[in-house]
Amino acid sequence: MKASIRVIISVASTLLGLLLITFVIGRVLPVDPVLAVVGDHASAEVYARTRQEMGIDLPIYQQFWIYLSHVLRGDLGMSLRTSHPVLDDIRQVFPATLELATAGTLIGIIIGVPAGVWAAVRKDRWQDHLIRFVGLFGYSVPIFWLGLMGLLLFYAKLSWLPGPGRLDFGYEDSVDSVTGIMLIDTWLSGDMDMFVNAIMHLILPASILGYFSLAYISRMTRSLMLGQLRQEYILTARVKGVPERIIIWRHAMGNILVPLLTVIVLSYASLLEGSVLTETVFVWHGLGLYITDSLFSVDMTAVMGGTLVIGCAFILINMLTDVAYRVLDPRAR
Amino acid sequence: MKPLLKTTVAALMLTIAASAGAFAATPKDTLVMAYVIDDIISLDPAEIYAFSDSEYQANTYDHLLVLDLKNPSQLLNKAAESWSVSQDGKTFTFKIRSGIKFQSGNDLTAEDAAFSLQRYVILDKSPAFILDQFGLSKDNAKEKIRAKDASTLEIELDKAYAPSFFLNCLTYTSSIVDKKLVMSHEQNGDLGNGWLKTNYAGSGPFFLKEWKPNESLSLVTNQHYWGGVPKIKRVLIKNVTESATQQLLLQKGDVDIIRNMTGDQLTTLQKDSNVKIVSAAKATLWYLALNTKNQYLAKPEVRQALKYLIDYDGLTNTLFKGVGKPHQTILPDGQLGASDALPYTLNVDKAKDLLKQAGVPDGFSITMDTTNKTQTMELAQAIQSTWAKAGIKLEIKPADNKETLTKYRARQHDIYVGQWGSDYQDPHSNAEGFATNKDNSDNAKTKPLAWRNSWDIPDLTTEVYAARDEMDSTKRAAMYQDIQQKVLDNGPYIVMFQQIETAAVGKNVDGFILGPTFDLNFYHDVVKH
Repeated sequence: MKASIRVIISVASTLLGLLLITFVIGRVLPVDPVLAVVGDHASAEVYARTRQEMGIDLPIYQQFWIYLSHVLRGDLGMSLRTSHPVLDDIRQVFPATLELATAGTLIGIIIGVPAGVWAAVRKDRWQDHLIRFVGLFGYSVPIFWLGLMGLLLFYAKLSWLPGPGRLDFGYEDSVDSVTGIMLIDTWLSGDMDMFVNAIMHLILPASILGYFSLAYISRMTRSLMLGQLRQEYILTARVKGVPERIIIWRHAMGNILVPLLTVIVLSYASLLEGSVLTETVFVWHGLGLYITDSLFSVDMTAVMGGTLVIGCAFILINMLTDVAYRVLDPRAR
Repeated sequence: MKPLLKTTVAALMLTIAASAGAFAATPKDTLVMAYVIDDIISLDPAEIYAFSDSEYQANTYDHLLVLDLKNPSQLLNKAAESWSVSQDGKTFTFKIRSGIKFQSGNDLTAEDAAFSLQRYVILDKSPAFILDQFGLSKDNAKEKIRAKDASTLEIELDKAYAPSFFLNCLTYTSSIVDKKLVMSHEQNGDLGNGWLKTNYAGSGPFFLKEWKPNESLSLVTNQHYWGGVPKIKRVLIKNVTESATQQLLLQKGDVDIIRNMTGDQLTTLQKDSNVKIVSAAKATLWYLALNTKNQYLAKPEVRQALKYLIDYDGLTNTLFKGVGKPHQTILPDGQLGASDALPYTLNVDKAKDLLKQAGVPDGFSITMDTTNKTQTMELAQAIQSTWAKAGIKLEIKPADNKETLTKYRARQHDIYVGQWGSDYQDPHSNAEGFATNKDNSDNAKTKPLAWRNSWDIPDLTTEVYAARDEMDSTKRAAMYQDIQQKVLDNGPYIVMFQQIETAAVGKNVDGFILGPTFDLNFYHDVVKH
C-alpha cells in the first residue's frame, strides 16, 4: 500500500511541477496572448473585452488554480487557436506522433543495434569506421535538410515514395479515425490500397527520424559492447570453445540489455515529444507541431495540455521500463 | 536470423514495387490547394478578420454585394438584387433576391440578412468596428438593422455617408447565415457563436465539409447554387507550412495550386512550363514604422533622410521581384484617390545632407524589430547595408511575428518593419490607420498606427474624417491626394512596396481568381482539364 501511495504522490508532484513551470513560462513570454485571438486590427474595446474574458489580468496563482481544477475534472480547456477542446486536438495529434516515433525507434533499433555490435566486433577496421561515420553524419546533419533532401530524391526525382502527409490527398476523409494511428485505422477500414499507401507515406519520415535515432543507438551499443568484450568472461568463453555468435548475442548482449534499454527508451521519449521540423517538412500533423504553433500564439492552454500528455507518456514509459529491467536483469529481481 | 531478414526485405521491396506509380494524383473533380491556413481560428463570419479565413467565408457564404473585380470602383449585386438610399442619405434599403436556399434547405430571406448583420455588431468581435463606425451598436442593432418583410432589408445609419463608402464596408461584413439553423444551436445568448465557430450555416457556391484546424479545410460544391454551379465538385485545402514542400507537391502533380512561394521559387516556377503563375496586387503595404519617441526619429529631417536611403529599385528587382511593386503612399493602388507617386529614390548624398541639417552628420545607432520570416529578414539586412552608407548603424532584432507585433503595439520599438492590409477597399480604412490619432496619450482608447509611432496629428485627423464624410467622389479623391502628400512629407512611415499575391497553378487548371483583398479570392470559376 505504502509503495503505491508513494508512486502516486511522486507522479502527481512531477506532473504538477511540469504544469506550473510551463504556466509560468507562458506568462513570462513577451508575446500578447490577446493578439492571437483578436488580431492586429481589432478596436481597443474588443481588445479590452477579450482580455477580460481571457482572465489574463487575474493573479497568476488564481489563473493556475482555475486551470488545475479543470484538469482534475478531465477538462483540458479550449484551444484559442483551433476553437476546439484541447483534449480533442490532442486526441488527433498525439497518435500521429506516436506512430512516427514508434516507427522511427523501431528502425533505429533494428538497424542501430546490429550495426553497433558489428562495429564493436570489427573495432578499428573499415566496418567500424564506416558505421561510425554514417552514424555521425546522421546525428550532425540538420534533420530538416535531411527530410527535404529525402523528399526531393525519393519523391520528386525517383517517384519511389509518395509525398508528404500521412495519406495521399485523394484519400482525405476516406478513413475513419478510430485510433488515430494511420496504419491501424487503414487496416481496420479494409481498403488494402489505403493501408499500403499509409505504409508508404510512413517510410520516409520514419526513416529520417530512424536515422537520427540509430546514430545514437548504434554508438551506444558499440561502446557498451566494447565494454563487455574487454571482460575476462569473454576470454574464458572463447577459450572454452563457445561459438563466437553465442558469445556475442547471448552472453555479451544479455549483459548490456539493461543499459541499452535505457538508451532506447531515452531515444524513444525524445521522439515522442514530436520532431517539429520533421512534422513540418512532411506535413505530419503531430504533437510537436501542435505545441510549437500554440506556443507562438501564446495559446498556453494548448501548450500545457500537450506538455501534460508528454509528461504522462514519459512517466508511463519509465514505469514500463522499470518492469522490463526486472525481467531482463536477474539481479534486480 | 538470416532467412527471416531476407524474407522481410523481399516483402518490403515487393510492396514498394507494387505501389510505385500507383499514387493517387489529384482527382479530376477536386481542386487541391497547398496553402498556409493556420490563421483560421474560427469559422464564424462575425469573428473572421484574417486572411485565409476571409477567403473561406468569401467562397462559402452569400453576401449582399461584392466588389466588381473587373471594375473595382463598382459593386455587384449578389444576395441584394437592388439597393436604394433615402433622401436624407441615412437609410439604405436592400431588396433580397428570392430563390436562394441555405444548405439546410431553408430559404434565404431579409430576416436572415438582418440577423447576420446584427450578429456582427452584437457579438462585437474583431470585424465589428467596420459596422460600428456607422453609429450601430449592441443597443440599437436590432432596431437599426431590420427586415421590413421577407424580401426587404433596411439599415439606418447615424448620418449620411457616401454610399460607396458604406456599401464597400458592407461587402466585407455581410456574410448571410441561416438564422433558424444558427439559433437552434444558441447557448447562453451567444447567438450561436459557440457552434458556428466550428460549423457552417451558409448558402454559397461551396459548403463546408470539414475543418481540421491547421490541417485541412475541405469544401463541397453547392449543386443548387443560384449564381451558377461550379464545375469542380470539391475543394481540398491542405495546410503545408513549408514552401519547399509546397513546391515539390505542385511539381509532382499532387496539388493543383500553391500559395506561399518565396521570391526564389517564383523565379524558378515562372520558367516551369507545367505551371502558370497567377498574381494580383493586394491592398497590403510593406512599410517601416519610425517611432517618433526616439530622439533621432523625432526629427523630420532624419525621417526624410531615411526615406532616401532605401534601394527601392534594387529591392524591386531582387527580393521583391514578382511579389511586390514599388509604392510609397499610404493608399494602395485600386482604391479611390490612391496616389502612385514615387518621390523617393536611393540618394545617399541627399540623405547625408539632411542628416547634417538635423545635427547628426555622423549618423547614429538604432534598432529594428523584425519578424523572423526569411523575406522580412532579408529586407532588414538590405536596409541595414544602405543605411550604413550614411553612418547609421542599424541593429536588427529578430523575433516571432507576434512578439514584434506586441512590442510595436506597446510603442516600445525604434523601428518596426512589416505589412498593413486594408480592412475594406475604401480609402478610409488606410487613411484612418495611418493618418489619424485622436489621442496620443498612453491611455488612448484607439491606437492606430500613428499612435503606435507617437505621431500627434490633430489637424490631419480632422481632415481624414472630413474626407470620409465627403459625398462627392471627385472632391473625396482630391482630399485623399492631399492627405497622402502630407504623410509623404512628414509621416513616420517609409512605405516601400504594395504586395503582389502570387499563386502557382498547374497548367491544366483555369479560372482561379485572385483579387485585391483576401475576400476576393475565388474558386467558383475553376475548371480542370
